[in-house]
Amino acid sequence: MATTHSRRNFLKVSALSGGGMLISFSLLNLTAEAKALEDVVFTPNAYIKINADGSIVLFAPNPEIGQGVKTSLPMIVAEELGVDWRKIKVELAPLDSRMGRQTAGGSGSVRGRFTELRTVGATAREMLIAAAAQQWNVSAAECTVDNGEVIHKTSGRKLSYASLASAAAKLEVPTKPALKDPKEFKLIGTRVQDVDAHKIVTGQPLFGIDTRREGMLFAMVSRPPAYGKTLGEVNDAAALKIDGVKKVVKIKNAVAVLATSTWAAKKGRDALVIQWNATEKLENTAEHFATFKTMLDKPTATPQRNDGDVDAAAQGAVKVLDVTYEIPTLSHGQMEPLNFFANVQDGKVELFGPTQVPAAVRTEVSKQLGIPEANITISSPRQGGGFGRKLMTDNGVEAALISAAAQCPVQVQWTREDDMQNDFYRPAEMWRYRAALSATDLLSWHQSGVGIGRGVRGDSYVAGAIANYRAEGQGLTSNTPTGWWRAPGANTLAYVAESFMDELCTALKKDPVAFRLALLKKAKEQTVGKINYDPEKYKSVIDLVVKMSKWGTKTPGVFRGFSTWFSFGSYVAQVVDVQMVDGQPKVKKVYCAVNCGRVINLSGAENQVQGSIVDGICHAMFPKVTFVNGAVVETNFHQYKFLRMKDAPTEIEVQFVESDEAPTGLGEPALPPVAAALANAIFAATGKRLRKLPFAEQLG
Amino acid sequence: MAIINLNVNGKTLSVDVDPSTPLLWVLRDHLNLVGTKFGCGMAQCGACTVHLNGNAIRSCTLPVSSVKTNAIVTIEGLSEKGDHPLQQAWEELDVSQCGYCQAGQIMSAAALLKRNPKPTDQDIDNAMSGNICRCGTHVRIRKAIHLAAKKSKK
Repeated sequence: MATTHSRRNFLKVSALSGGGMLISFSLLNLTAEAKALEDVVFTPNAYIKINADGSIVLFAPNPEIGQGVKTSLPMIVAEELGVDWRKIKVELAPLDSRMGRQTAGGSGSVRGRFTELRTVGATAREMLIAAAAQQWNVSAAECTVDNGEVIHKTSGRKLSYASLASAAAKLEVPTKPALKDPKEFKLIGTRVQDVDAHKIVTGQPLFGIDTRREGMLFAMVSRPPAYGKTLGEVNDAAALKIDGVKKVVKIKNAVAVLATSTWAAKKGRDALVIQWNATEKLENTAEHFATFKTMLDKPTATPQRNDGDVDAAAQGAVKVLDVTYEIPTLSHGQMEPLNFFANVQDGKVELFGPTQVPAAVRTEVSKQLGIPEANITISSPRQGGGFGRKLMTDNGVEAALISAAAQCPVQVQWTREDDMQNDFYRPAEMWRYRAALSATDLLSWHQSGVGIGRGVRGDSYVAGAIANYRAEGQGLTSNTPTGWWRAPGANTLAYVAESFMDELCTALKKDPVAFRLALLKKAKEQTVGKINYDPEKYKSVIDLVVKMSKWGTKTPGVFRGFSTWFSFGSYVAQVVDVQMVDGQPKVKKVYCAVNCGRVINLSGAENQVQGSIVDGICHAMFPKVTFVNGAVVETNFHQYKFLRMKDAPTEIEVQFVESDEAPTGLGEPALPPVAAALANAIFAATGKRLRKLPFAEQLG
Repeated sequence: MAIINLNVNGKTLSVDVDPSTPLLWVLRDHLNLVGTKFGCGMAQCGACTVHLNGNAIRSCTLPVSSVKTNAIVTIEGLSEKGDHPLQQAWEELDVSQCGYCQAGQIMSAAALLKRNPKPTDQDIDNAMSGNICRCGTHVRIRKAIHLAAKKSKK
């Protein structure tokens, strides 16, 4: 094995033992690398692998949770590398210190890695060109690449990457490889199928739940049935009598039953007799909302933003609006119930399972088991949805604790009921919105919100567009856990702010689009304080969706709602068309314009936007979580209701604003505006203003 | 435990299991056919959909003891080469996001096309409303079923 690295030890290229090259970032521990290279097929550890047999493997560094990065990230490398996309193999990389932020969250994978991955591909390309140029004894400038070959432009001679890989790996690593002119992009911006499409439709093992290992036992866990309860006496006699049950172990505040099959583990778990003691307050949703109301009636001492004087502005108002919005707790409900495989043996830990944050799982397991991180490996398979649930480390850590206690490899499987009762929920919130209006305009905007946990914050584009603006946020301490849920903060704030905006337009008799554009013009030309958005980009999506939807035209029986939102670096505007059928909205069509910089995979990008819209409509219409005495009332999908095919929009049209700028977020930004666009359409249809989620139970 | 013979994907297979075990877990844990997915355990989400004598059923609530000699087809057995018109259409239209529910969706759609080779949107809505997709691929699923119907007629 020969290795070469740049002076800065930044990028590393290694020759594979069978001939070939491996490209990775930063300097490696050589022993670890040597080991990895011996069995490189099983432990891929970098972004690109070119084998002597001509096969090329690209490694997707971030977890795949359905947001498409297992396809889009390697596309960026492939573009610069100059390979035939149909001929390469893609794999998910394990947690690897050379790969930077290996997290799926905050719509950050593509926007965080665009330039980095281009550089990775360009570096390899330059080295392969250099190797060919050396062999032909020509200048590198006379060479180009196409479909995995270096081509000498004048003579037409060609050499495949496979034949050059060994020689290329011995060359000096270029410190600043030239990136392609984006005008030359062949792959980026095209429609590319998900790399796992065939495996998915043929039912091949891909997910954490499909993990099978030698000597592995299946485990189910009995966790507290309510928040505020603690493990007491455990009687496992009946559980141990169940056929297939092998072990029962206690970990912290839970008891695990290990068995030779999932069903035996479940029967064993359900046969445990456990006393759960109430050691804290057992909370209720009804009380949360009653407390919210009292909190909102008092002004907070320190507003998050306070421009001008909202109270003074209200003095001269022709009309004052003062309304309250309510938002329920939500569970994540990702389709693949949580699970994790762990094998803790001889001071070493192997972890494999669904997580959006493998590094955090490893750190936490290290801390709890007292095993150094260097002795812990972790990788994640394709995951059956994330939505923020797997930004928490609990499922991985719990599996490690169980394996350590039971001293065997274990696959911990959660039931849907386990998922519903042991989530880190999208917190319930209540918002009070006040506005003072003159006969023709908005004089002041005063928003005040409260939510479970750390509390609410955030502004719409109104902040910066008007002289008198006040935003307040509070949190209510609770022992019901909260966490991140797709488009955190934005998913609720957009609903209340853009619904309230529609209320203002109705009160002022203004067109919802024209009024917003006027505000954005003010934000641009007479900015009040700081703004965190680009009014021109907001305008770009509003203009596009107006064109797409022919805003201003009317179809009998069809009612429209408009909404727009900026989050995770991207701008989205939507028009939702509904018909009312038996008192419920049927979404005929959603028009959606997006400005997210350069689009990498057009098919994947559209899929994310379409999916975000359906997700947003689903959670605007149907589910909610209710706590009664610390327990979740909605235990499974018969009570926690999701949108069904019959409720799905008939059509969704997505267009992207053409852009040469670097990509911004896309897994989340199209979700936040939908609920308000739908509420505004329902108002247009019925005159009923829906100030509470979910909608379906208030209609029909 | 009891020895139970099953007809799965055209083969007769024998398993030694607790007869109350739902078919889903027999497929996944005992026959290593993991394409059929667990989602809810109470026939609410359709991730576990397989065919029983050609009809789409939820395997998570069907005790294996009640299957008897009825023919079971799972996603692994839907087509020999993974080229059922629905599988082709799903790939062509890049339907999947996370992909977890899609085997169940395809099995429900396959049962629909068998009894109704040219379904309308309304037929699709009715037949597919037992399957949840949390990622929101519904619009592409509808299109893929229409595309598969077209492919099948050729």
